Amino acid sequence: MRFNDWMLAFHVLAAFSLVAGSTLFWVLVVAVRRIDTPDDTLRLGPVAKVGNAAIGIGMGGTIILGVYLAFAVDGYALWDGWILAALVLWFIGAALGRQVGEAYMQGPKKALELKEAGQNGPNAELLAINRTSRGVFLHTLTSIVLLLIIIDMIWKPGA
Amino acid sequence: MSVLATVRPDDWNFPLFVHIIGAMILIAGLLTGAAALFFAKGDEKLLRLGFWSLMLVSFPGWIVMRLGAQWIASKEQLDNLPKNPRWLDIGFMVADIGGLVLVITLIVGGIGVYRLQQGKGAALLKATLVLSVLLLAAYVVAVWAMAGKPR
Repeated sequence: MRFNDWMLAFHVLAAFSLVAGSTLFWVLVVAVRRIDTPDDTLRLGPVAKVGNAAIGIGMGGTIILGVYLAFAVDGYALWDGWILAALVLWFIGAALGRQVGEAYMQGPKKALELKEAGQNGPNAELLAINRTSRGVFLHTLTSIVLLLIIIDMIWKPGA
Repeated sequence: MSVLATVRPDDWNFPLFVHIIGAMILIAGLLTGAAALFFAKGDEKLLRLGFWSLMLVSFPGWIVMRLGAQWIASKEQLDNLPKNPRWLDIGFMVADIGGLVLVITLIVGGIGVYRLQQGKGAALLKATLVLSVLLLAAYVVAVWAMAGKPR
């Protein structure tokens, strides 16, 4: 394998990491909808951290190695339409992802407040926060953006 | 450069898309399942979440990945090669043996989750965790081989 093949392999692995992190959050989005106690809400925290790590590795790896490959591989340039489209989608995805994170941080914040106040039982307000429809909507948009990036990478329109 | 970096005939793209999406879902389910099982520390809800992630995310992902693999292999006529390149051998071997191990993992995990009702099953779910981590590692190697195409 040549150096660029290794870089491409890591680029693809980063994309897998990104999708794995995003899918992990889908599982948590579904799981948290039935959770109304502070302890159960906070128990998902370590799993969410794994998702955050996967997304961090994925976001960093795809953009850094993707830009490198656009320069290094003959026949491709950063200003090719499909590469520019991927870059724009990546930035949109990053912005949406940040907002998803903010939406789903409200649940653990509320859970901590309740715990500190000594309220460990079921709480309707916590359940409503965990069921954030804004979070679901934003995560759906983020997933659509990810799907469009994958389609763009495979079909390479205009290449 | 590899399949992803080249421009292919148009009719190869959709089978490749199916294969890649399936593989991504498979790996996502393994990561989610392993993470939930690892951090469960005996918590029944997280143990169940881990098992059901493997069952409802990884397993369908494996099926889609494997169907996509066969489809793209037939499009590229990879099943008629006199000698398979190493990346293809790695891919098929990990996909097929990994599929068998995934089924075993789900059976072990399923029994473990069933036994949770009687306060048992923790050891079986630990075995499920170990198997899912091994599968995750194997599929990461397969993705590396598929993307980098070592000869």
